[in-house]
Amino acid sequence: MNLLIQLSYFAAAVLFILGLKRMSSPVTARGGIVWAGAGMVVATLITFFWPGMQNYVWMTLALFIGGGLAWYTGRKVAMTDMPQMIAIYNGMGGGAAAAIAAVELLRGEFHAASFQVLAVIGALIGSIAFSGSMVAFAKLQGIMKRSLVFPNQQLLNLLVFGGALVFGAMLMGAEHPSGLTILIFFVLALLFGVMMTLPIGGADMPVVISLYNALTGLAVGFEGFVLGNAAMIIAGTVVGSAGTLLTQLMARAMNRSLANVLFSGFGSSAGPAAEAGPEGSMKEVDATDAAVMMAYAEKVIIVPGYGMAVAQAQHKIWEFAQLLESRGVAVKFAIHPVAGRMPGHMNVLLAEAGVPYDKIYDLEEINNEFPQADVALVIGANDVVNPVARSNPDSPIYGMPILDADKAKNVIVVKRGKGKGFSGVENALFFLDNTRMLYGDGQEVASKLIAEAKQL
Amino acid sequence: MIEGFTALYIFMLAGFTGYEVIARVPVILHTPLMSGSNFVHGIVLVGAMVAMGHADTGVEKLVGFLGVMLAAGNAVGGYVVTERMLEMFKSSKGSK
Repeated sequence: MNLLIQLSYFAAAVLFILGLKRMSSPVTARGGIVWAGAGMVVATLITFFWPGMQNYVWMTLALFIGGGLAWYTGRKVAMTDMPQMIAIYNGMGGGAAAAIAAVELLRGEFHAASFQVLAVIGALIGSIAFSGSMVAFAKLQGIMKRSLVFPNQQLLNLLVFGGALVFGAMLMGAEHPSGLTILIFFVLALLFGVMMTLPIGGADMPVVISLYNALTGLAVGFEGFVLGNAAMIIAGTVVGSAGTLLTQLMARAMNRSLANVLFSGFGSSAGPAAEAGPEGSMKEVDATDAAVMMAYAEKVIIVPGYGMAVAQAQHKIWEFAQLLESRGVAVKFAIHPVAGRMPGHMNVLLAEAGVPYDKIYDLEEINNEFPQADVALVIGANDVVNPVARSNPDSPIYGMPILDADKAKNVIVVKRGKGKGFSGVENALFFLDNTRMLYGDGQEVASKLIAEAKQL
Repeated sequence: MIEGFTALYIFMLAGFTGYEVIARVPVILHTPLMSGSNFVHGIVLVGAMVAMGHADTGVEKLVGFLGVMLAAGNAVGGYVVTERMLEMFKSSKGSK
């Protein structure tokens, strides 16, 4: 039996790695998750035969409660809310890793002192990932609106973290740690996760979620060492390093360093607020003219942003794009790395609307095509097309890579009102001579565009 | 038991594997891939089951129960969400 268990775990580890590999290309991605899923099923089922186990009834019950709830919520959640769901499932994994450590610490039967040390480190990381992810979920879901920032916050956080470390060290050394020490340790670790996440703004959450994802992986890997479970070690460590890389890629796409995301609220370093606004004025256009402009264009590049997804306009926009294509217009979608709520989120939303992924281009691929485009249709995007990021070193978004929509011959911006973007920076694009503003709700505007284009 | 340097070697190799597997991924797959890797660490379920299976006292059982429940949520939720996202990726040339 033992051999069979080890073999199954080995197979699971192989399937996980192959699955992740397949998931890194859009052609094979679908198969990738199925492979990884098969590995998970095999590993879970065989674990029931682990020698010397008890509590089967309750274990099965827990499996069904946790799994059932996740199945239900995972099926139901809207695509726009995906990032926070990932956060919550990820947090659960971190909590589970912490729970494993708690059980092992309570039992106090470690095979070697080094395993006890690893168990505590894993517990610390897992707890932070758990409570931090819950805060991230609350923020993205809109339950928690504001970022909590107060004086000496970093100092207090440091104290809590230090406290968790002290109690952790006590646990590492203790022959048979007392329940109270374990409790205080976990309370402090969980508290730190909350406090560390509270001051971070909603826009930075994806990076933070990705970081917690990597942390959970690491915690799982450490607890794998404690239990002598190779599948956990390999899967956890692979996710730990892959997640770290993903986190870096995301942070880079937003032109921020990880330290910057974690230790400073966005915009808190905003210089003189009364900087001179962009020159010129905003010029309006109505849906009829906009539709005509695009219908007789040769090339249209659509730049969607999160605002489009909020207005649920992606289906209409795709319908409009197909209409243009049937008239011989070349239509491409340009996606900024951080469009949507996290890198790649906008691709998912467009995919949901039925846009094939080979019509979607990312920043490096499309930026040199804007000068040849007759019209750039910007819908629900703001900061990611703000030319100030290229030109004004004083701007908080200076240096962020942007889509060069301003270089298109004409720019049409669909926008709900005259407000500023997430960063609070005025958008110079809106004031350019070749820019026309098309005000209105994304979905209504798209419907009007379709109706007008059909009449041409 | 996997101990000492063997453990360290596994850790190192698995770390490189994770890095290499992700290194050349296009931006369009960042979100699904994060979700996918989130699912993969749902393997913590296996450990949570073993830990609960060896729990003796009431507190241990309770914590173990919570662990299994959370881990099952991680694994199942991670799978459902990832699958839903990836299912939508189609090519304009491919079949509908």
